[in-house]
Amino acid sequence: MNLSEHTRKKIDEWLLRYPTDQKRSAVLQALHYVQEENKGWLTEELMDAVAEYLQLPRIAVYEVATFYSMYYLAPVGKHVINVCTNISCMLSGSTEIVEHLKKRLKISTNETTADGKFTLKEVECLAACAAAPVFQMGKKYYEHLTPEKIDKILDELEKKNGE
Amino acid sequence: MSDIEIEIDDKKYSAKPDQMVIQVADAAGIYIPRFCYHKHLRVAANCRMCLVEVEKSPKTLPACATPVTPGMKIFTKSPKAIAAQKAVMEFLLINHPLDCPICDQGGECELQDLAMGFGSSHSCYEEGKRSVKDQNLGPLIATDMTRCIQCTRCVRFGEEIAGLCELGATGRGENLEIGTYVERTMQSEMSGNIIDVCPVGALTSKPFRFTARAWELDQFPSIAPHDCVGSNIFIHTRGGEVMRVVPRENETINQTWISDRDRFSYEGLTANRVAEPHIRIDGKLKSTDWQRALEFAVLKLQNSLEKKGANELAALISPNSTLEEFYLFQKLLRQLGCDNIDHRLRQIDFSDSFFPRANFSLAELEESDGILLIGSHLQMEQPLAAVRVRKAFLKGAAIAAINPVDFRFSFSLKEKNIIAPHHLVNALAGVAKSLCEMNSKSIPEFLKNSSVSETDKKIAMCLFSKKNNFILLGALAMNHPEAALIRALADFISEMTHARVIHFTEGCNATGAYLADVIPKKGMNVSQLLADPRKIYLLFNVEAEDVANPAAFTHALSQAECVISLSTFKNELLEKYADVILPVAPFSETSGTFVNVCGEWQSFKGVAKSFDESRPGWKILRVMGNLFQADGFEYESSEEVLSSLREESRLSEESRLSCQRKLASSAFKKDTGCHLSQKTLGWHDNMLSRIGEIPAYSTDAIVRRSEPLQKIQNENGLAAARLHSHTAHELKIKEEMIITIKQNQTEIKLPVKIDDRIAKQAIYIPAGIPETNSLSELFGKVEIKI
Repeated sequence: MNLSEHTRKKIDEWLLRYPTDQKRSAVLQALHYVQEENKGWLTEELMDAVAEYLQLPRIAVYEVATFYSMYYLAPVGKHVINVCTNISCMLSGSTEIVEHLKKRLKISTNETTADGKFTLKEVECLAACAAAPVFQMGKKYYEHLTPEKIDKILDELEKKNGE
Repeated sequence: MSDIEIEIDDKKYSAKPDQMVIQVADAAGIYIPRFCYHKHLRVAANCRMCLVEVEKSPKTLPACATPVTPGMKIFTKSPKAIAAQKAVMEFLLINHPLDCPICDQGGECELQDLAMGFGSSHSCYEEGKRSVKDQNLGPLIATDMTRCIQCTRCVRFGEEIAGLCELGATGRGENLEIGTYVERTMQSEMSGNIIDVCPVGALTSKPFRFTARAWELDQFPSIAPHDCVGSNIFIHTRGGEVMRVVPRENETINQTWISDRDRFSYEGLTANRVAEPHIRIDGKLKSTDWQRALEFAVLKLQNSLEKKGANELAALISPNSTLEEFYLFQKLLRQLGCDNIDHRLRQIDFSDSFFPRANFSLAELEESDGILLIGSHLQMEQPLAAVRVRKAFLKGAAIAAINPVDFRFSFSLKEKNIIAPHHLVNALAGVAKSLCEMNSKSIPEFLKNSSVSETDKKIAMCLFSKKNNFILLGALAMNHPEAALIRALADFISEMTHARVIHFTEGCNATGAYLADVIPKKGMNVSQLLADPRKIYLLFNVEAEDVANPAAFTHALSQAECVISLSTFKNELLEKYADVILPVAPFSETSGTFVNVCGEWQSFKGVAKSFDESRPGWKILRVMGNLFQADGFEYESSEEVLSSLREESRLSEESRLSCQRKLASSAFKKDTGCHLSQKTLGWHDNMLSRIGEIPAYSTDAIVRRSEPLQKIQNENGLAAARLHSHTAHELKIKEEMIITIKQNQTEIKLPVKIDDRIAKQAIYIPAGIPETNSLSELFGKVEIKI
């Protein structure tokens, strides 16, 4: 399997930042681009393609992809909701937040809604304790969450997607 | 930098400034517990078992990752150190299953031993243990990953020593797992070493699994009999039966590693053995006792010799025989008036009277600046030499290769020239000429017509103006029809670059064979003995798969009037044609000596009980000598044989060495150009030539019978004709097509595999496997019919 021209171009831009014999440095960004292009998740073939492109052993790419929680190794919904359930958020009621999301989306954690729109995950500290409880969706943080606030966020998204 | 003084447990020791505490302690014989530290691997410091107390340090420090400093005071057994080690032990045991009774590592397990010393009978941990799914890593390595304590020794071994990253640590924290992620058979030719480095029972030997307990085994030192490196091994036996093979540390040869071939070949030791002496009576091969068989053999030989004369006797012996066997073999034959003796079974060009030099140590290879591989698949042929070349590479050596296949190596090639065998000499001549130009030396007559390509220049640059160069010749050069020219050109290049030339001979004891004079002095060589068949054949562990031209070998035996074979293993061809088959003990059942490529004489003892009626080769040859009433066959032990050989060879070695050098250069100068030999071979530039490599697990009779190794080899689908896509396109053939391959008068059918690692104008058809056995020579012109 080959990477798309678009992805290769973007990886090449990153490669310029590192010495030529240290292509390994670009593996994080490369995996992000590849994931973005593949509906948000990584296949074995894609990881192998990244390994080949960066001249790395395949296992070196698998190690990175499995280490970080922001690479998804199975299909995910269009929006991945990462709820922080670490200490600060927990004390500020993240349990209730997760319960509300489960009820509203009719899924459990690590599951995707039947329409493929949302995936729900619990994550460790998102480094936004001052705004707890927090979840991350895409590149955006949603802070000081309450069940009402969540409904509003999801309603808006559904409206947008429903077009 | 000068040495510094440190104190360990109140005693003073001197240390080198770049040493770690654990190294100094190890050298002083002070034991510090450890799991992840291994002296030949990078420091990881992740198991924390080696924590020691250091004066002025508020916390205990890992001995493996703490460099020594002047005046440092270390306490390895203070209450603080012991408490830290016990705490680590408790953590390590949290997820480790309590399954020692059913674990293959039980009894030789570092974790078990240390748990006895540092563990507690009680654990604070009450939660559930984690379990990890096992992976199938192939026929050699069994996994029980729940037992893994994540020391990462196996991962580091792959990265650093084997140079093939197959295992890794995926996931993180609680979910961290060691594995390949995508399940697959390990491809490294020395993967078995991860069994040894694994401190627990996570990685164990699949063939050995559940067959014996460590405490039932006897351990004997021995020498691996498969390549000319001569790795040191321990053979583990139970009740006189070989149960497994593990490495024996020898810093100058194999360090702490061995190849998979050396480790797992023992599985072939008892398979398919000749149990009793056999003689042919009225056309039928029948088993008999030794007395009768030997008398029969000697009488048969005597009669045939009287009728046909000594020149009709051909004597061939496997290059894996012991030095003692070689010596007695040629001594007996020479007394019978026969000089048609050879061990160079896969070679065909003897025009330079080659003699190995053995003037280096493997450790020196590690320190080289430039290395040129010629016709060498070093990785598979001599895996432990490849380990050294990899180290040289990591230290910055420039490595180049002139090979017929773009082989995978554990080091990167700075330059390579992948060319068909019939262009090899020209390519070398190009490099030689280019070096002449670089050194502004006058170009000798024989190179005048050679052309120099850009690649040749680049390869020459890898060696040019370096201090410490090596040229390595592998089987694909030594077995080449123009081997003499190749060796001469290698010598020429070596003179230009101050490189040392290493000829990696086939088998484990070819150097020994040369030392014992197992080459014809005036008689016929193996090639002539098969091309111009004799009437009498005396064979010592020679099978059709061992010779350059199996078709000629089969033909020679079929027309012979007397065939006597000393064989370890049963063999259909010999059962068909031999008049006498005498069962010979393999290396594990006889005492003997192997001389490795560095010229090191390594003697070993028989460690396993004889299989049925088989006997050590030197004893059989001794008795045959007695029956022939030959002089000087009164040996009582193999040591006596060895010492009489030592006396004789010392006399002749020096003169032979200088003679060989002279011959090499003269053979070369007689040639007016590098093309000359091609004409005599009937070659032309545009032909399609065969690359007849002997796959690593087909090199000798023992390996060919080792089931786990054969499984791995078969997974790679060797019974095929491999071609470059460009060549395939020109010949109008496609992947999976069945084609007929014609070589001389022989023909076989094989499926096509397109493989761009193969040189253009060449076709890779391995030898030494049953599917290609009816073909003739390893190299040379082939024709293809669709």
